[in-house]
Amino acid sequence: MKYSAVKSLVSAVMAFGLLLSFSSATVSAQMNPNQIVIDGSTTVGPIAKAFAEHFMRENPGVNITVSESGSGNGARSLVNGACDVADMSRFMKDTEFAAAVENGIFPVAHVVALDGIAVIVHPSNPVRGLTMEQLKQIYAGEISNWREVGGPNRPIIMVSRDTNSGTYETFEGLVMNDDEIAQGAEYVGSNGAIRQRIQSTQNAIGYVGLGFVDRTVKALPIEGIMPSNETIVSGAYPIARPLFMVTNGYPELGSNLHRFMTLYLTETGQEIVASIGFIPVTAYR
Amino acid sequence: MPAPNRDQGLLLSRRASRFRRLGSLLGEGSLLLITSSSVFAVLFIFYFIARDAIPFFQLKGIAEFFTSTAWYPTGDPEKFGAAAIFVGSGLVTAGAVVVAVPLGISAAICLSDVLSFELRQMIKPVIEILAAIPSVAYGFFALVIFAPLLQNQGGHLLAVAFWIVGLPVLGLASYIAASLTATRFDEEKRTLVLGLALAVFGGGSFWLLSVIGDLLGSIEIASGTNALNVSIILGIMAVPTVVSVSEDALQAAGRELREGSYAMGATRAETMIRVVLPAAASGIVAAVILGVMRAVGETMVVWMASGNASQIPEPFYNVLEPVRTLTATIAGDMGEADHVTGSARYAVLFAMALSLLAISFIMNLLSEQFARRLRKKRG
Repeated sequence: MKYSAVKSLVSAVMAFGLLLSFSSATVSAQMNPNQIVIDGSTTVGPIAKAFAEHFMRENPGVNITVSESGSGNGARSLVNGACDVADMSRFMKDTEFAAAVENGIFPVAHVVALDGIAVIVHPSNPVRGLTMEQLKQIYAGEISNWREVGGPNRPIIMVSRDTNSGTYETFEGLVMNDDEIAQGAEYVGSNGAIRQRIQSTQNAIGYVGLGFVDRTVKALPIEGIMPSNETIVSGAYPIARPLFMVTNGYPELGSNLHRFMTLYLTETGQEIVASIGFIPVTAYR
Repeated sequence: MPAPNRDQGLLLSRRASRFRRLGSLLGEGSLLLITSSSVFAVLFIFYFIARDAIPFFQLKGIAEFFTSTAWYPTGDPEKFGAAAIFVGSGLVTAGAVVVAVPLGISAAICLSDVLSFELRQMIKPVIEILAAIPSVAYGFFALVIFAPLLQNQGGHLLAVAFWIVGLPVLGLASYIAASLTATRFDEEKRTLVLGLALAVFGGGSFWLLSVIGDLLGSIEIASGTNALNVSIILGIMAVPTVVSVSEDALQAAGRELREGSYAMGATRAETMIRVVLPAAASGIVAAVILGVMRAVGETMVVWMASGNASQIPEPFYNVLEPVRTLTATIAGDMGEADHVTGSARYAVLFAMALSLLAISFIMNLLSEQFARRLRKKRG
């Protein structure tokens, strides 16, 4: 008797688990006009989430889900028709584009914001600036003393964002190219935590989204150019890139998707972008 | 406790109706379910973690995970070498043990056998408050206050800590050594010899203290978020566990044992060290293992303050280097990104969780084994 009771409990729990896994299965995209499914980059994800929050508050009938599984997976979801909007921190690769067209999906990229990364050091650090090559060598562990880049004779402490973050992804892509960040680098869980580490550590170097630079840390010019909204949108500052949301064709005018995809052009949209540390496209003015 | 009489029904007499009998069966069944729910929880945790961990080993094999130190989960190609992360977990845990065990056991001895009852009633709750502080608060302290302090005043801090620990220990040691020397001489010379020996041993210890203190004082700590930082904080977090479990063990040794020892002419110190401590040894080992588990499993503090550098320090016991632990890697890499289920990057975190589970399982078995052996030895 007792044995069978145990067995029935096991099967009950199994059934419950099965139920859970069914309910979380992907909702098919593009069927319901009040449902927008977004997937893709972890860098663009916060923008999409903030937009979705705002949009759903203004339009209570609309439901928007945002997943962050990386640019590549976002593109794949769009190609498979599993999402309406793919967040991407890079443009689609030719293979992805070809696969999309083959599937009858015609990707249209919308640049919703720009992402610039500032390299920061302790305010007392006398270093005047770095080149991209020097920055890469520092994070690769080839330059390990500030003396080698015009600073005092002190070891360099590298601080990096965790590998999970879009900021890391950007930095790795634009600065490190094919090199790996040295094993001695410290990893920190947020932009704010990096700034905190740099504020309190004389020998440290770190990188944060431009929105996180303030007076307590010193942003270094890279290749002689200070990061700012102007230098980033003009392309002069090297550690910057556009952030995309990709849709299948241009959304039908007046649809929920169309209104969502034009949110970034409004003043509110721009303010949202700036408030989470990215450069709004209106900075072009 | 009397054994339950199996012939007698729990609720009903033999003559109850079939309907009522069915009801009682249901009742007993649900009681059994409630009792075994925690067992099920453990089994299910094992099952679900293993289910998500095994694909990793199928995708990437076993060798890289355990032997390589290259941890580049987002690289191209991806590298999942966790050897440095295992070393980091081990180093931090060992450090926490070094802090927590002497502190915890001496506090337990003090509480159970040295302090008066009233004082004990006041101090014990204060120690237990340490366990009530949320770990994120410890982490915040470690990151915002302790790390900069270590960077700026690290050497001095180490020297002061060394003096605080070393002075009483070496002082006591030289007093005992001097007394032992003195007992070898005649009655009338004893005081003179004791004084001389005290001066020699005391002076020697003092010289040793100041040399090592100076050495520590000259150390410069480059980064305050390192293994030492979290070892100390984790040690403090583990202290309440060690104290309360080993104090219980010391109390359980019993009044009769102590009185028997006094009756044989032993002093309080002799009773404590030679009689009570050995009697409570299995409980103390259990306390230490519980403390170790607390340190191995702690996540927030290490994620915030260990530096999370996936490297094996040079040399491997260098606690002044940043390290990365298993728990912090799981927490940090799980993050906000919901990885695609089934990818190696997702499964590797479960492989780590499985390793952690295996470690604590082995520790538990070890402590059981140890306790059993001790019990057997004492008959």
